[in-house]
Amino acid sequence: MNDTNMRLNAPMGLLLNRNEQVEFLFEGQRYQGYAGDCIASALLANDQWLMSRSFKYHRPRGPLTMAGQDANTLVQLGGDPNALADRTAIAPNMQIEGQNYNGTLDKDRDAILGNFGRFMPVGFYYRSFFKPMGVWDKWEGYIREKAGLGKLDLNFTPEYYDKKYLFTDVMVVGSGPAGLSAALKAADGGAKVLLVEEMPLMGGALAYNRFDIEGITADRLRAELIAKVEEHDNITVMVDTVCNAWFTDNYLPLIQGKRLFKVRAKECIIASGAYEQHVVFRNNDLPGVVMCSAATRMMKLYAIKPGESSVVLTGNDDGYLTALELSDQGVNVKAVVDMREGVATPELIDALSERDITLHQGYTVYEALAEKGNKRIKGVDVRKITAKGEVGNASRIIDCDLLCMSAGYMPAYQLLCQAGAQLSYADELAEFTLSKLPEHLHIAGSVNGIHQLDSVVADGQRAAQLALNNLNLSDELPGKVSCRVKPNFDWPIFSHPKGKDFVDFDEDLQAKDIVNATRLGYRDVQLVKRFSTVGMGPSQGRHSALPTARLVANSTDRTVTETGVTTARPPFAPEKLAHIAGRIFDPYRRTPMHHRHLELGAKMIPAGNWRRPAFYGDPNKRDACIHAESVHVRNKVGLIDVSTLGGIELKGPDAAEFMNRIYTFAFLKQPVGKTRYAVYTNEHGVVIDDGVACRIAEDHFYVTATTSGVDRVYRDMTKWNTQWRLDVDILNVTSAYCAVNLAGPDARKVLEKLVTGTDLSTEGFPFLAYGEADVAGIPARLLRVGFVGELGYEIHVPSRYGEALWDLLMEAGEAFDIKPFGVETQRLLRLEKGHVIVSQDTDGMSHPGELSMNWAVNRKKPFFVGCRSVDIVMAQPQTRKLVGFALPAESKKPEEGHLVLEGDGITGNVTSCEYSPAMKKIVGLAFAGINSSEPGDNISIRVDGQIVEAEVVSLPFYDPNNARQEM
Amino acid sequence: MPFSLLKYGLNKDYPFEQHADLPKPTVLKSHYDVVIIGGGGHGVATAYYLAKYHGINNVAILEKSYLGGGNTARNTAVIRSNYLTSEGVKFYSESVKLFKELSNEFDFNIMYSQRGQLTLAHTDAAVRGFRQRAEVNKHFGGKTELIDPQQIRELVPTLNMNPADMPVLAGLWHMDGATARHDAVAWGYAKGATQRGVELHQLTEVTDVIVEQGKVTGVKTNRGNVSCGCVVQAVAGHSSLLAAKAGFKMPITTFPLQAMVTQPVKPFLDPLVSSPSLHCYVQQTGRGELVFGGGSDPYPLYSTRSTMDLKESLLANAVELFPFMANMRLMRQWAGLTDITSDYSPIMGLSPVDNYYLDAGWGTWGFKSTPICGKSMAEMVASGGKVPELIKPFSMDRFNSFRQVNEMGATAASH
Repeated sequence: MNDTNMRLNAPMGLLLNRNEQVEFLFEGQRYQGYAGDCIASALLANDQWLMSRSFKYHRPRGPLTMAGQDANTLVQLGGDPNALADRTAIAPNMQIEGQNYNGTLDKDRDAILGNFGRFMPVGFYYRSFFKPMGVWDKWEGYIREKAGLGKLDLNFTPEYYDKKYLFTDVMVVGSGPAGLSAALKAADGGAKVLLVEEMPLMGGALAYNRFDIEGITADRLRAELIAKVEEHDNITVMVDTVCNAWFTDNYLPLIQGKRLFKVRAKECIIASGAYEQHVVFRNNDLPGVVMCSAATRMMKLYAIKPGESSVVLTGNDDGYLTALELSDQGVNVKAVVDMREGVATPELIDALSERDITLHQGYTVYEALAEKGNKRIKGVDVRKITAKGEVGNASRIIDCDLLCMSAGYMPAYQLLCQAGAQLSYADELAEFTLSKLPEHLHIAGSVNGIHQLDSVVADGQRAAQLALNNLNLSDELPGKVSCRVKPNFDWPIFSHPKGKDFVDFDEDLQAKDIVNATRLGYRDVQLVKRFSTVGMGPSQGRHSALPTARLVANSTDRTVTETGVTTARPPFAPEKLAHIAGRIFDPYRRTPMHHRHLELGAKMIPAGNWRRPAFYGDPNKRDACIHAESVHVRNKVGLIDVSTLGGIELKGPDAAEFMNRIYTFAFLKQPVGKTRYAVYTNEHGVVIDDGVACRIAEDHFYVTATTSGVDRVYRDMTKWNTQWRLDVDILNVTSAYCAVNLAGPDARKVLEKLVTGTDLSTEGFPFLAYGEADVAGIPARLLRVGFVGELGYEIHVPSRYGEALWDLLMEAGEAFDIKPFGVETQRLLRLEKGHVIVSQDTDGMSHPGELSMNWAVNRKKPFFVGCRSVDIVMAQPQTRKLVGFALPAESKKPEEGHLVLEGDGITGNVTSCEYSPAMKKIVGLAFAGINSSEPGDNISIRVDGQIVEAEVVSLPFYDPNNARQEM
Repeated sequence: MPFSLLKYGLNKDYPFEQHADLPKPTVLKSHYDVVIIGGGGHGVATAYYLAKYHGINNVAILEKSYLGGGNTARNTAVIRSNYLTSEGVKFYSESVKLFKELSNEFDFNIMYSQRGQLTLAHTDAAVRGFRQRAEVNKHFGGKTELIDPQQIRELVPTLNMNPADMPVLAGLWHMDGATARHDAVAWGYAKGATQRGVELHQLTEVTDVIVEQGKVTGVKTNRGNVSCGCVVQAVAGHSSLLAAKAGFKMPITTFPLQAMVTQPVKPFLDPLVSSPSLHCYVQQTGRGELVFGGGSDPYPLYSTRSTMDLKESLLANAVELFPFMANMRLMRQWAGLTDITSDYSPIMGLSPVDNYYLDAGWGTWGFKSTPICGKSMAEMVASGGKVPELIKPFSMDRFNSFRQVNEMGATAASH
């Protein structure tokens, strides 16, 4: 199709580059537009008005606002559903489809649903489809299939999106006359200004609306203001950028292209303008029925001649100016229908008569007449308004292919209401106004109810003055600005007995639907919304909020202010998840030895925010690998990276006292150079974490914590000390240190090759000893610990030495056949020793008594966190206990999480269970009822539906006298 | 087309006033046998069961805003019973059973939709926890299984099995998992209750609770004082504030919980999918929108503001789970207030004030418990304070006696 007949000459078409043609596909057919066209304008240029089908009745829909404020132009771009055709620029070979039809966009079989509208009253789905019982299951699929709009491409792979932070003194949202003058005033006053404009060009309404009879003011003022803004060093302009929300303290997300800017603005001025409102009458949704501003946008921005013959329906003087603009561009304006009587400015009336445009005052369009299939307007039925919402019987039919309407304006209140501003309705103005703005947020222009151009400019300056005063850049009193016109018509709602008089185009809701919702008892506007779904569609009530408030107020005998509108929530305009998600990258923490693990063929698994080796070797042979590794540690020597363990440094005169209050054990008399087991209970007496406390000096402790628990422990410690005020510094040094555990009968021999100046013998550095040592030149903290039950050393060194330490130990251990082992092997080894892993073998209720940890709780000291609760629960009869159990090797192996049963009741669950190569049987830990928790008792474990009887045995399973770890 | 729609279509001036679901506002009387504070799902359900099963209808529901306007309006409508403790599973299973029949009981379609809920495990700790939950559920007759990655692929072919570098190791497949039109649940109960004589007073805020000699005797409201025989408080998000007016403390901390919804697209996702490790869950509503939720905000607050941070982390993880969702458009973000107890179980039953009954501490599980909680509370009120066996474990006193019902881990981001 070609692209000539509909285009107007320059200077119409501000956004177009007529030197560059762009070809694209719509519904499989090839079209041409110009660079700068949006999809809608390019289609209109080809006389293609039908762009989508409506949500419920599948009515044909075309552009309504040309500004992305409605859902009438939602199209499918490949796998990208619900794209706004009037805001999305065309691109070469772009493939565009209509949405929500059965058949084709042109011939939608579901359009028949419109004829059954009377059988689908508001909320009909609440009243039907469920009798008899069970039938809903069948209806549901059908109804779901009919719902939804576009289709998502399930194979789409995300593209690159990213984010950036920005900071500014003043952010101005909207570059209309108010925004431009606000930006200039603020910048002149010395503030750094960020001016954000949603459209590709600055100027707001100056770019498309007509403000005077001659049609010269807007262009002149726009050029003047933009020139000043562009040469001002203090102003940064971002066009094609949407400020999509207001978050606390002027935290403002901007979306531009594929980037999300997160702005912190000291002051913010919202000059977001107002949405022109529609008139409610029958068939007000036909393609060809548009807002006045949509028609002027078509002409001035895209050089589209919106029709051959037009009627303008208005409730204000702006409609007259639109008629003049249409007439100037060669559209035959057959009539201006003014719903008001005797209010219009005389000069405008004269201007119409000069152009032979008929004027009907006190009339309205009662019904738009449609071509076959409702695909375009072909005329209007004009009638005299006899009372509020009522018309006479005498009808005058006027043929036209375009109807432009303006019932007034609704402030673009979204960002302001997100900031807590209040909307109230001024009855005399028939308009919502905003008040109670938070500090550092200002409002200017038509969003502030100021509509005359000179006042709008002054209002921008007034808002900027307030911002400058807040920034201490000025202390002048801002001027007072008032508005002398009333652009809103009081009751632009003309219900038709046959309906299709739409209040909400997104959701196909008619005037009676709103009224009926209130008659059914849903009187609160929030309930009306929820019951009728008004305002819930993609345009989020931009046009439905005002008529809904009026209808509900009228029907429930309340004021419009009392009725209000539903809450505005972020985002301002629909935003792609991709924008919010940003770059898809998933940082996780690596230990300094990470590369060594990969080289050694480790199977890595998540551990908190870290990745750790589970074991080394064939990832599909888990059991074989961990069994071999465990046997190796028991017989020779193994090395495990334990860098992920938390490390907390406590230093100060009160360090020991602090330790004593946090952990359950006694720490005041812990000797320097010794380690001690540390259990942390919360205020409920529940075991939350454990670790090893090393006393480095009288006033200095180094405590380890579990990998996933350290952040919480550290947070709790700092929290408690804000109450206790002890003289101790607390530092989370987890990432400052890395650590390995060298374990096995040959561990000492390996370490002796590297350590100088420290006697590592049993006497010189016994079990539970702590010391600082020189490991081949690396300063190290040595802990003799026994988690895996063999002679072992935890070696903590500053992180930068991690890889070197690993290499040194592997090299020194070569003669002793040293092998690395992973965290799964470590879990098996400690299980053989009956050691508990907090969070695996404990749950949110486990107190020390249940875990047989009484030995680690000092009941003589006056206090520790959880002390009171531990005392109370320990005094109560116990109901369960963590026990060791054993099963023959050939038995069915219980899995962790399987239940322990007693009769019909659940008494506990398996927390750990593995085959133990050292014991040659299956061993495990489980919570068991207190009556079957003694060695020799039996517990019943349900394993995949079968009961397995296991014997409770005493712990540890392996090396009961702990001789091996104390060598 | 169902017959019932024909009926409406052929009636010229439907709706007749007798079709109204909710009556017009009436005057507030000076006395009621029962005052229910809070016109959310729980409050109206309690009133409904009181009127229907116990013949008690001199009842006023006092709602400071509009019917179901608190967390009933803000939750993400997940119904499930795959909890961890015996007490929890028994309780929520009863709720699921009641939910299934509500449409027909109300003569009002709540659009109950059994889709199944899939919870993903990315760590072996999660696998252990899920296995235990599956076992406990099965023990009480629930349909919950631990399933492997292959089964997950078959259930949700569009799922990324290695989201955020956290491979999916297993899933908890809860076949009873469902969703329903959350508002309709409150409306259905309100309709049934008011038809039986219960009065629903919206825009009626309780400003104080009148307690005399340890016993509640009435409440003060913005529309005047009301005396009453007993009070049920069901004000999720504000439980401890109201309790303070009655003169006692509750072991509750209140956190905002945010959720968000996209524009509608044609259906492609049946089960409810959640990943506790990624703090994200998603379901597609009957309208075709995707609803996302995550964990509660990290700090306590009595405000329903939305935040950028939560939206960013939640949607980043959503896109990890389903990369193609990057193309979806978000339409709305909102928040509710969750009253969290230290054991992540609710508080139902008696309070330190006589005749003052508690329905509180619902954290993120309020909606799914609506029917059974209402039924149990009504039973308790009707019996003059005899606590039904099913809810005995959830008494507030459990925090004094250290008999908590630990559901930690069965809740985070799997509402």
